Amino acid sequence: MSEVPTELRDEIPSFDGSQANRDAGVLDWSGLTSIRTAKSALEIGTIVAVAVAVFFGAEGILRLTHTPEYVFPKPISVVRALGTDTWTLYGQHLWVTLQEFLIGLAIGSTIGLVLAALITQKPFVEKVVAPYIIMLVTTPMLALVPFLRLSIIKGFSIWPIVVAVALASGPMVLINASTGFRRTDLAKIALARSYGASTLQIFRKIRFPLALPMIIVGYMVGSIFGLLTAVGGEMVAASEQGGLGHELVFFSSTIRMANFGATLLVIAALGVSIYVVFYFIGKRWASWEA
Amino acid sequence: MIARSGGSAAKLEIRGAAKTYEAKTGPVNALEDFSIDVQEGELVCILGPSGCGKTTLLWAMSGLHALTRGEIRLDGALITGPRPHELGMMFQDANLLPWRNLQKNIEFPFEIKKRPTDRPRIARLVDEVGLTGFETSFPRELSGGMQQRASIVRALAQDPSVLLMDEPFGALDAFTRDEMNLLLLRLWTETRKTIVFVTHNISEAIFLADRVVVMTPRPGRLAHVYDIELPRPRTIEMTFEPEFIELIQDIKRTVEIGGRHVVEVE
Repeated sequence: MSEVPTELRDEIPSFDGSQANRDAGVLDWSGLTSIRTAKSALEIGTIVAVAVAVFFGAEGILRLTHTPEYVFPKPISVVRALGTDTWTLYGQHLWVTLQEFLIGLAIGSTIGLVLAALITQKPFVEKVVAPYIIMLVTTPMLALVPFLRLSIIKGFSIWPIVVAVALASGPMVLINASTGFRRTDLAKIALARSYGASTLQIFRKIRFPLALPMIIVGYMVGSIFGLLTAVGGEMVAASEQGGLGHELVFFSSTIRMANFGATLLVIAALGVSIYVVFYFIGKRWASWEA
Repeated sequence: MIARSGGSAAKLEIRGAAKTYEAKTGPVNALEDFSIDVQEGELVCILGPSGCGKTTLLWAMSGLHALTRGEIRLDGALITGPRPHELGMMFQDANLLPWRNLQKNIEFPFEIKKRPTDRPRIARLVDEVGLTGFETSFPRELSGGMQQRASIVRALAQDPSVLLMDEPFGALDAFTRDEMNLLLLRLWTETRKTIVFVTHNISEAIFLADRVVVMTPRPGRLAHVYDIELPRPRTIEMTFEPEFIELIQDIKRTVEIGGRHVVEVE
């Protein structure tokens, strides 16, 4: 035993760059972060070159085939459309959609999280709640917006869409968070109890951190469903304030395809931003689960 | 059968401990009529095959679960729940919280008890076990041995008078296990804690203990108590001596025949 050097026995595994990427979190985010993880100028150059080629390639093909602007807008005219009247055409509508999305997600996910904590502790509550959850998950919530607008909330405010976003995102948070809360590690709970931890302390210091990676996944999936519902809801029954979905319908019905494309770009940017936000949250709070 | 090592009132008294679990197939007797005394400053190993109720017994001693019959006293007071100030528990594998770095793991008991963190003591213990410089590392970045050292520091940081250890080195390789056993003996010599160490490894039990308490397979009963008279400080070389190997064989036989046979020691 004594002839084995200490430094061999307790060797720290050294992580090279590629290993570090794999520790990013519960989801494989590597597709999004190719630029962040690119190592050499050659890699970055290639990534930029492909993006430029796609942009001008599309422009070239549309010019060569003389495709009319009302069939498929050219990338350059889309960018130009994005640059004119940016606030009145996109900015204020982005703000409306963002409000619906954020308020809806906040309400839905809070209820989902509390219910998840509750049903995993009390199996009886789970039996009562489960059928409604399955119904909420399987029904597209944007179908509810016209109904909410006419029957329940009776008005052209953002609230029917907020409710639909909450109903779409909440169950996703609930389902994933419940999976997380069900991961009971008895040894870790026993550890906390041996130090005299209360039930609340066990929840805060053991159960919640253990569930956190799954909760973040729930928020991720829930926000994708939420954004879908917000934009879709605006398309079927927009509020007086408009919203990006409303703009899509408006521009397509007036055949302003460059503006339509620009609106799509704004929606895509919003979606990607949400993804990036959750990427960093996952990296910060769930990276321990490699 | 009560095994006493004599002397004044024991640190830990276990009287007629029995535990029955309700399993799907009916009640399971995990532990039956088990009694021992553990003296202050003593290092006792509880040895037995898997499923003999060792862990059940240790968890009852730590107040994590109740017994079906019998009682356990610490300094004369009945144990009815966790006693965080007097009892330090170490678990199978290191049982560190993977979302906390080493320092935060070691500070965890202070957080639970809402006590000010004793940083100087922690720093001294971290240095003692050779983990200085790894305070901000996360458990998954450390080897099994290093994780177990952090776990020892976590248990000792509170300065409990009794350490209850549940097969803490069972998952380690033989070299690391030897090293951890030597570390434990060194810490024990310095701090003179009362230690109850559960293991299924015979040579580990003999190497560490003042007394080895052998248990029968399920239901766990006391089979025999061996007084280990190896001189201290103990070295790994002692484990190669013929007497040591003879003792291993004796104990192995006792476990196999369930302790009904009286074995002569020395």
